[in-house]
Amino acid sequence: MRTQPESDGVDLTDHRSTLSWRAQLAVPLAALVALAIHLLFSKRAPAVETHSYKLLIYEIVGVSIVLAIAQRFWVPLRFWMHHMCPIFTAAMLFLAVWDVVTLGFQLLPLPYFPGPAAVLRSLISDRALLLDSTWHSLALLLSGYTVGVLVGLISGICIGWSAPVRYWGMPLLKVVGPIPATAWIPLAMVVSPSAFVCAAGLIALAVWFPVTMLTASGISNTRASYLDVALTLGAGRTYLISRVAIPAAVPNIFIGLFMGLGASFLTLVVAESVGVKSGLGWYVSWAQGWAEYGKVYAALIIMAAFFSTVMTLLFKVRDHVLVWQKGMIKW
Amino acid sequence: MNVAAASALCVHEVRKSFAVPDASATSRLAVDGISFSIAAGDLVSLVGPSGCGKSTLLRLIAGLDFPDSGELLVDEEKILGPSAERGLVFQDPNLFPWLTVRRNIEAGLVARGVLHEKRHEVDEFMRLVGLGAFSSAYPHHLSGGMSQRVALARALINHPKVLLLDEPLGALDAFTRMRMQDEVLRLWENRRTTMFLVTHDIDEAIYMSDRIIIMTPPPGRIDREIDIDLLRPRDRTSESFLRLRSQILEHLHFAGKAGDVSA
Repeated sequence: MRTQPESDGVDLTDHRSTLSWRAQLAVPLAALVALAIHLLFSKRAPAVETHSYKLLIYEIVGVSIVLAIAQRFWVPLRFWMHHMCPIFTAAMLFLAVWDVVTLGFQLLPLPYFPGPAAVLRSLISDRALLLDSTWHSLALLLSGYTVGVLVGLISGICIGWSAPVRYWGMPLLKVVGPIPATAWIPLAMVVSPSAFVCAAGLIALAVWFPVTMLTASGISNTRASYLDVALTLGAGRTYLISRVAIPAAVPNIFIGLFMGLGASFLTLVVAESVGVKSGLGWYVSWAQGWAEYGKVYAALIIMAAFFSTVMTLLFKVRDHVLVWQKGMIKW
Repeated sequence: MNVAAASALCVHEVRKSFAVPDASATSRLAVDGISFSIAAGDLVSLVGPSGCGKSTLLRLIAGLDFPDSGELLVDEEKILGPSAERGLVFQDPNLFPWLTVRRNIEAGLVARGVLHEKRHEVDEFMRLVGLGAFSSAYPHHLSGGMSQRVALARALINHPKVLLLDEPLGALDAFTRMRMQDEVLRLWENRRTTMFLVTHDIDEAIYMSDRIIIMTPPPGRIDREIDIDLLRPRDRTSESFLRLRSQILEHLHFAGKAGDVSA
């Protein structure tokens, strides 16, 4: 356990009774290193910038010490800490290195590469606008993604199931589908009644292609023997489609949903920075226009948190829906 | 005995050919001039070497394929397509992997839209095949024998007039196989469902059936039918059992092969 502090799952039983001192102290110590480095170099920075960063590090040190004490009495927390300690430690050390490279020795040109304290300051001072932008992005993403998924599922099921629809639909899908959704921006801006509809439509288009493609291939690859069995059990067409072909295609459909989600993030950011006057994509290009790179990074941090949360939610849904695959595939 | 009057399944002069993809304008005759009938409540086996059209014939009876000529009747009614009155169990159990054991067994009731009225039968059939404890397990957690029992229960819950079995025990190991033969016989004696068993295991056919139909290739034709009058439970090592066995092997032209080689 001492040689492999990052190992998870397998040797958790060793930690049932105790967490090593090293694991308990790794995060607070790394945070203190980051703080020491910052204090050393921060004389040059404006005082107002460094204040909140120092406060954040004090908080991290405090919370990690409280957690180190609390894990003695609460076993699930101990497992979680054992699992997460290396990552948090690395994050703290990353902050320290970032501070050294930017604020410390100014190895990277300003104003493009501000230090962590400046980014945090931007994050806090512009929080109202950032929150509003996140909200707008979320609304746009959800409306575009939902429409794209619904249309994609319907067209995918039709193409996968019916030979005539496949004959006419597949060529269209193969020709139109691979065009990146963002390439339609000039046309979409002319056709759409509003910038929001334009952006949502582009996101829907970006999601529609992979969802349709994967759904169609999942449906048409349904094992014929499942359909034969269902027929001899008295199944009609509705049962064959909804209770055999669709469940059999669900693993494929989820691949399409994940690919569509990735495409939707990309399209969201591009659409916002060219058409819509709100949202995180717009915020980034607006901040860049004013050369406020602290705000650019602040928005990127929000985006990372936002997108990864959405992605995690989709993973949770998949784990729930595809629970029958557990044990069949490498989970 | 007037077989035709009481027959649950009647096959009359059935012929079926398939297009050969790489040779134009020719087709391969799979089965030709097949005629036989099965009385209600009988267990009849069809044996023959692989490629003799056994599975083709079974698919025709299931209604999953249609004959070029000839007639197939169940209870005097022409077979026009697949139906719940002709259950089918394959060598691969083909359980729906996304459904639990219980929901797999329910599938037929759901497909026919009668789950609500017949829900009580689900427990009965789970008990019948001894899987009560596995109700909420998913198929990939089951052994081969257990999966095949679920497949049997899933087919039987529809109370089919004929249960078609396409080498259902072919993928099981020898011990599980013999146990499952008794299991199928128990289900048959319990419910008196007419069963039509396709197999390439001659011992299995003799052990289980009232009558054996022997098919020869190609194209698949019925060579002859043999009534098995042995009392159940049958002794696989009895003299009469072994005599039947060598008689059937002879019809399949396997008997004496060793002699030919040595000569």
